[in-house]
Amino acid sequence: MNAQHVLAAAAGVSKSEHRTITLVLFAVFVAITLYITIRASRQTRTAADFYAGGRQFTGLQNGLAIGGDYMSAASFLGIAGIFALSGYDGFLYSIGFLVAWLVALLLVAEMLRNSGRFTMADVLAFRMRQRPVRAAAGISTIVVSIFYLLAQMVGAGALVNLLLGTHGEAAKIGTIVVVGALMIFYVVVGGMKGTTWVQIVKAVLLMAGAVVMTVWVLSKFDFNLSHLLGAAADSSGKGDRFLQPGLKYGATDMWSKLDLLSLGLALVLGTAGLPHVLIRFYTVPNARAARTSVNWAIGIIGVFYLMTLVIGFGAAALVGSKAIMAQDKGGNTAAPQLAEKLGGGAGTTGGAVFLAIIAAVAFATILAVVAGLTLASSSSFAHDLYANVFRRGTTGERDEVKVARVSALVIGAVAIILSIFARGLNVAFLVALAFAIAASANLPTLLFSLFWKRFNTAGAVAGIYGGLVSAVGLVLLSPICWGGKSETIPKGNPDALFSTDTVAPFHLQNPGLFSIPIGFLCAYIGTVLSKERTTEKYAELEVRALTGEGAH
Amino acid sequence: MSAESTAPQEPHARPEPDEAAYLAIGASPEFARLRAAFRRFVFPLTVAFLTWYLLYVVLSAYARDFMAEKVVGEINVALVFGLLQFVSTFLIAVAYERYSRRTLEPLAAGVVTGAPATGGARAADEEDAE
Repeated sequence: MNAQHVLAAAAGVSKSEHRTITLVLFAVFVAITLYITIRASRQTRTAADFYAGGRQFTGLQNGLAIGGDYMSAASFLGIAGIFALSGYDGFLYSIGFLVAWLVALLLVAEMLRNSGRFTMADVLAFRMRQRPVRAAAGISTIVVSIFYLLAQMVGAGALVNLLLGTHGEAAKIGTIVVVGALMIFYVVVGGMKGTTWVQIVKAVLLMAGAVVMTVWVLSKFDFNLSHLLGAAADSSGKGDRFLQPGLKYGATDMWSKLDLLSLGLALVLGTAGLPHVLIRFYTVPNARAARTSVNWAIGIIGVFYLMTLVIGFGAAALVGSKAIMAQDKGGNTAAPQLAEKLGGGAGTTGGAVFLAIIAAVAFATILAVVAGLTLASSSSFAHDLYANVFRRGTTGERDEVKVARVSALVIGAVAIILSIFARGLNVAFLVALAFAIAASANLPTLLFSLFWKRFNTAGAVAGIYGGLVSAVGLVLLSPICWGGKSETIPKGNPDALFSTDTVAPFHLQNPGLFSIPIGFLCAYIGTVLSKERTTEKYAELEVRALTGEGAH
Repeated sequence: MSAESTAPQEPHARPEPDEAAYLAIGASPEFARLRAAFRRFVFPLTVAFLTWYLLYVVLSAYARDFMAEKVVGEINVALVFGLLQFVSTFLIAVAYERYSRRTLEPLAAGVVTGAPATGGARAADEEDAE
């Protein structure tokens, strides 16, 4: 009768059984992607090949790759987990992640494609004095990408024990090193072409896995959403509250509600400022293809998030929060546990096979995302910092690509080492922080560059550093670092980075509500305090951005 | 759709314009029409979808009784509101794609192909430019 006991009793058998299948499937995925990467490397000669995949991908291909780049383990396992444990609040996350694409579609994608070449900074620095703006944009790109990267890699280390049933630190470190080594290989050898194909394959696998799970779950409830919701609410023990917003976000006092607004704002404004997302728009031949790729991405990502709702509530209804919490308090194993349940339950072959498939998809997901992040940071290092800041634009293309490859290796190695040190920490907040920095530092500068005639170098530099420093600074003062009990978090934060007793001086976990306005304000004040005018360059940028004239 | 063959994104064979040429294009009435058509569509829509999204987040934080009301079976206002965010996102994407193909792309094609000839027409259409 008690599912948890059955699960626990059978765990020993099923763990080793599905572990073998997971490892075999994952090995197949790795073999395919390595083959693709090596093939891609033969077609990678110029800088445009390495940075932008030769600009030859179609709208659909790039739309899939965007999906593969964007739907991280945090969205698949994390959001399904929020649904499974906190009910409705998973929707607040996934809707923010989706609506955000409209900012990218309407205001950014085509204009960036038309006026830039390889990096976000190409557009930010277009009208400005190159060195200060590229330095700022390069730093912000690398900070955002590395934070996001750390969250994914530490997450991979944590997942391996849960998904493969291994124990101890060695497996975690081993996973981080393997994931890191593969991502370095994809980027160094395959460049943007290799990375894009890895993301396309991953997106197809992830969507296929999610579709099967969704249909399977719905079939258990006669394809009646209301039945599924009712069963999830009953099983959660929280009744109707499970189907309403507020169990996880905005659950206590005023600050906690403001935190929800802050999160929503950072999610919706962050996407269009994420460098690894932006550089994907350069991989298509023209602005129309950039637009269609965003439209494909919106379709793919939207359907995916609708499916995470069914998967998450399905896990709540069929697996139950007790069994999920027993494996992982954060709920990250909700989707894999649901797969096991659907396949026939723990100890059955069907259960082991489907669990293995979903676990392998989860690792494929992580690999594709970290490769995109490594590529974004290494291309910004080579193209912005090395070629334009250090060498003042005197480098040749071949030299620049060589530097990009070396920096991918170095950034990857640094990420591996940092992740190994951070493996015991709860770094899931780094994803939200990356979105907040992107929204506070990158988006104001990007929008002002494209739409404000008066904008200038001082404004761009002030906006980037102002947004970056305020977002990171506020997190350093937040309950993420200081976990003392307060009215906002009555139980305190046991995972706090600095102290679990001291009450945080700043009550919001998400800095966006303050740091985004600060970013815009700094960009504005910096601009009006400087006499520089960039009117003529702005006229040129506007013509290029809207017509595609002179596009690379 | 007739603009398909002269789509503006294909700068093949055309030499890269110099700075003066960009300024001339930027000052042309054709370009002013393109910019106005772009902004007329995109700016209000951005304000609209951001407001619509923030309304959803604000209601989720502050109007929980309203969001909790059941519509059909176990389906409550919060779920319907959330699903409508998906619907509106898909519809805006489709609407923008149609607008781009029908209005923006032909206008952009007109700007580029017409650019060299319109240098003299600047003053006449000055009021069009803002």
